[in-house]
Amino acid sequence: MSTPETKSLLVQEAPIFVQSTPGRSGASLPALDVPAVDVAALWPAALRRERLPELPEVSEPEVVRHYTRASLWNFHIDKGMYPLGSCTMKYNPKSADAAAAIPGLTMLHPYQPEDQLQGALAMIHELEGYLARIAGFARVTLQPSAGAHGELCGLMLIRAYHEDRGKRRSKVLIPDTAHGTNPASCTVNGFSTVPLATSELGYLTPEAVKAVLDDDVAAIMITNPNTLGLFEERIAEIAELVHGAGGLVYMDGANLNALLGRFRPGDAGVDVMHFNLHKTFATPHGGGGPGSGPVGVGEKLVPFLPIPTVEKRADGSYALDQERPKSIGRLRAFLGNYGVMLRAYAYIRELGGEGLKQATEMAVLNANYLRASLRELLHVPFPDRCMHEVIASDHDLKATGVTTLDIAKRLMDYGFHPPTVYFPLVVHGALMIEPTETETPQTLDCFVAALREIVDDARQSPERVKSAPQSTGLGRLNETLAARKPKLRFGGEE
Amino acid sequence: MEFPKNLRYTKDHEWARKDAGKIVVGVSAFAVEQLGDITQVDLPEVGAEVKAGATFGTIESVKSVSDLYAPISGKVLAINEELADKPELVNESCYEKGWMVELAPSGNEYDSLLDVAAYSKLVAEHQ
Amino acid sequence: MRYLPHTQDDIARMLRLIGAPSVDALFASIPEPLRLKRPLELPAPLAEAQLLEELRALAIKNHPQSRATGALVFAGAGAHPHYIPSAVDALSSRSEFYTAYTPYQPELSQGTLLSIFEFQTMVAELFGMAVANASMYDGASAAAEAVLMARRLTGRSRALLAPGLHPEYAQTCVTYLSGMPLAGGGSPIARLPLSANGLTDLAALREGLAAGDVACVLVQTPSFFGTLEDLAPIAEATHAAGALLCSVTTEPLALALCKAPGDAGADLAVGEGLGLAGPLNLGGPGVGLFAVRDKRAVRAMPGRLVGETVDSQGRPGYVLTLSTREQHIRREKATSNICTNHGLFALRLAIHLSLLGKTGFEALARQNLAKTVFARDLLAEHGLRPRFPGAPFFNELALAVPGGDADAVVRQCARRGVVPGVALGRFFPELKDTLLVAVNETHSREDLIRLAKSMKTIA
Repeated sequence: MSTPETKSLLVQEAPIFVQSTPGRSGASLPALDVPAVDVAALWPAALRRERLPELPEVSEPEVVRHYTRASLWNFHIDKGMYPLGSCTMKYNPKSADAAAAIPGLTMLHPYQPEDQLQGALAMIHELEGYLARIAGFARVTLQPSAGAHGELCGLMLIRAYHEDRGKRRSKVLIPDTAHGTNPASCTVNGFSTVPLATSELGYLTPEAVKAVLDDDVAAIMITNPNTLGLFEERIAEIAELVHGAGGLVYMDGANLNALLGRFRPGDAGVDVMHFNLHKTFATPHGGGGPGSGPVGVGEKLVPFLPIPTVEKRADGSYALDQERPKSIGRLRAFLGNYGVMLRAYAYIRELGGEGLKQATEMAVLNANYLRASLRELLHVPFPDRCMHEVIASDHDLKATGVTTLDIAKRLMDYGFHPPTVYFPLVVHGALMIEPTETETPQTLDCFVAALREIVDDARQSPERVKSAPQSTGLGRLNETLAARKPKLRFGGEE
Repeated sequence: MEFPKNLRYTKDHEWARKDAGKIVVGVSAFAVEQLGDITQVDLPEVGAEVKAGATFGTIESVKSVSDLYAPISGKVLAINEELADKPELVNESCYEKGWMVELAPSGNEYDSLLDVAAYSKLVAEHQ
Repeated sequence: MRYLPHTQDDIARMLRLIGAPSVDALFASIPEPLRLKRPLELPAPLAEAQLLEELRALAIKNHPQSRATGALVFAGAGAHPHYIPSAVDALSSRSEFYTAYTPYQPELSQGTLLSIFEFQTMVAELFGMAVANASMYDGASAAAEAVLMARRLTGRSRALLAPGLHPEYAQTCVTYLSGMPLAGGGSPIARLPLSANGLTDLAALREGLAAGDVACVLVQTPSFFGTLEDLAPIAEATHAAGALLCSVTTEPLALALCKAPGDAGADLAVGEGLGLAGPLNLGGPGVGLFAVRDKRAVRAMPGRLVGETVDSQGRPGYVLTLSTREQHIRREKATSNICTNHGLFALRLAIHLSLLGKTGFEALARQNLAKTVFARDLLAEHGLRPRFPGAPFFNELALAVPGGDADAVVRQCARRGVVPGVALGRFFPELKDTLLVAVNETHSREDLIRLAKSMKTIA
């Protein structure tokens, strides 16, 4: 087979290797203006490659058509509502992309002399200040590459803080509603985790914390609002308790979109928090990344921030500080995901403080509107309130045999990306719905109408729901086969 | 759900079968139903010691990982090598081809495992 | 606010359905004393045109490489600014790729999944490995994750780093392992001493391995100094001590001509795709590469993996697979905490490699090598000598500068609009005299002559 299958406009695209034709190339190289060299004369045989890597041999139009056709197989935020809970899939402003494409901002080498990078360093310094003021912290590091990287950074700061005070503490308290990255980040940094049960009301209580608090607890990790979409009402009391026992308070800032201009974690006793620029600050997710996970800290953790930091000198110029004696060290090469920072910077500048607050207000309004609309339709375990996201479940559909997974797949046939499913784990069969502020109420009405039809079908013709999706080109994919017989590359055996 | 009468069970849904002084261990049909399609079974090495009630391996489906708990203490005499390439045997034949480990018991915990009546009752309460 | 669709009527209608008197009331669960009662202290909002003006004003405070302004940059050191074809930008900025989330719902994400499957194939092919994952943050964090994986596979604790490993990668490994000190205290990460030729010294390596507690050895090739390591004898010594060899490649273009790490016996291979996925963006985001030679080791790997499967009607399709290794399922027992990766830059790298293709990739590498040889000869005329003579190199040169102060050379050349490279004193006190000069296809013969001339009065 040498051409892609083109039965119809419904794309069925084969891997690009299938199109490979020996001798083709889409490369554009300048004519060589220096003498050619003989690799064999320069390098001993032991260093030389005998067989060229099997990259596809295709022309540029073939590459363009292949990736364009592949792209048409994707759902994305520019196409429709993408209400993944805890992922904050809001509209990604085009102006931020235009800003981040200015060549004078992008074509920069990290090791150019600092006086050649003053614009870039100024932006980083400004953005640090914005984030610190948004969340109430003394300083913010922009080094971490993503939220989980930020968590790891935060835990390292906590470890360094305790060790600096001559104490080793080994445990971190984590509520049962936490994102999986929280416990995984603890393990990567050598902490053991102690699970905390959420109360029936859906939030953490000082009593539950007190029951496990001792002088070996390094910190508590709280997601706020938590993954049930509820504000942790007793966060300040809990912070006081943990501080009283010599521990620190980490807040997972993944859900910060519920709080802008309304609540600053630093004001409630939070010592350290990561931001997700690719959630709250509207930078695109790129099909799974890159993100950026800056970490804000209170005064007592400032000495431990990773290197480098960007400092403003007395003469108004900016410089990198690589010599911080108490620093935890370096988290990655270079200066963080600067390309992502640029977009977040543009977003904050465009909205300003009042705009960010409005974004939060409309995000919470949209989620509450869905909550009020859905509670007649599906089981909503916390029907009376929510912040930026609402949890529903398949609990009331048990008799029909239709599950959360079926509902998710059927939503695709109505033109919606499904919500996050089966998370948080404390709600069986959870659908975690985060509409974000950029959806219109009309879109939310359509989403509710789609769910209403799905629920009706579940009761009357469940097969229609269970056989979904029908309109996506491919039907449900066999994940069991993929896991039992992993085929992880083209042409790989097995 | 019916369970074989010749086996003993744990509250964690493993079964154990006495076979000429050795004990063969697997997971019950109820466990398989809960897990769905099995994609991977991780077992201890032959010669390892396992302890009653402690984990001796893990069993995975596409979106879950569960610990396997040893019904009795003892030494691993054999493991079901076939499961490495064919984890589906646990789905297809959990009491026969989907067995997991064969143990040389070091105590007499076998006698205090649940019999079929007690285990059936436990499962009924689960449902 | 143009991104917020809600009119006052919309808000009133929605509040009625909710049964709340005001938007404020929706925030009632924030305890009163904790509520922020003043505006955020941020600059006033900007219209789009104003925003772009502000950013252009920032941009002119930077000095990007540019023919128009005469700025010329020869910095590499793990960030090699290759030319990125327009088709890479055009395709990767399609919002179908760009504004999609992680492909958790495969039926709506086949485009992303297919492109990652291709990326995995290409990366595995470049490294000569069985399996590559869907990307890591960057090369440095990939190297640290390789140490963690080797510890899991071997049950041992320590890692030895070759002297030619990028110093920021070495620092990252130390930071990552900070929570896992050795039983007697101290870091499990040790660096082999800098040898006379800048390469890994086999005797020092064997000595480092002798205690039998080393999980893995990390060797960068081409090294931080641009020189090529012969991995085969290193692999032999490493394996003889029961440890794993992880190769590190910050310039994957070299793999067009260099023996694939997998063929030389490396067990793990990590790298950085930034230079070919670009633009450099001050060093991030790029894309971390991670591959293993033995596919049985896949279950110990960090990060996401895409696999091929079939749909309900038997048609081929792609899914995220072997997810039980990952944090969202195995939580504290996961192989890594990574969740978001660098998918968009994985896509960009795959598109660029597809455009280059098998022959273009090799031709590009040959151009880089030819220009670097030309630059070496030209700079030798100005008294810059290889710091590690005799060692084969690819597209980067560690050169000892006349006068012994590479930092001063950088400052002087910079005044003439040329960044001649990276002065290594900032990383290695003993290499204050060394300038690391990176050359690639974007540098014309005239550029190289200008580089040499910019040194003139210094020599």
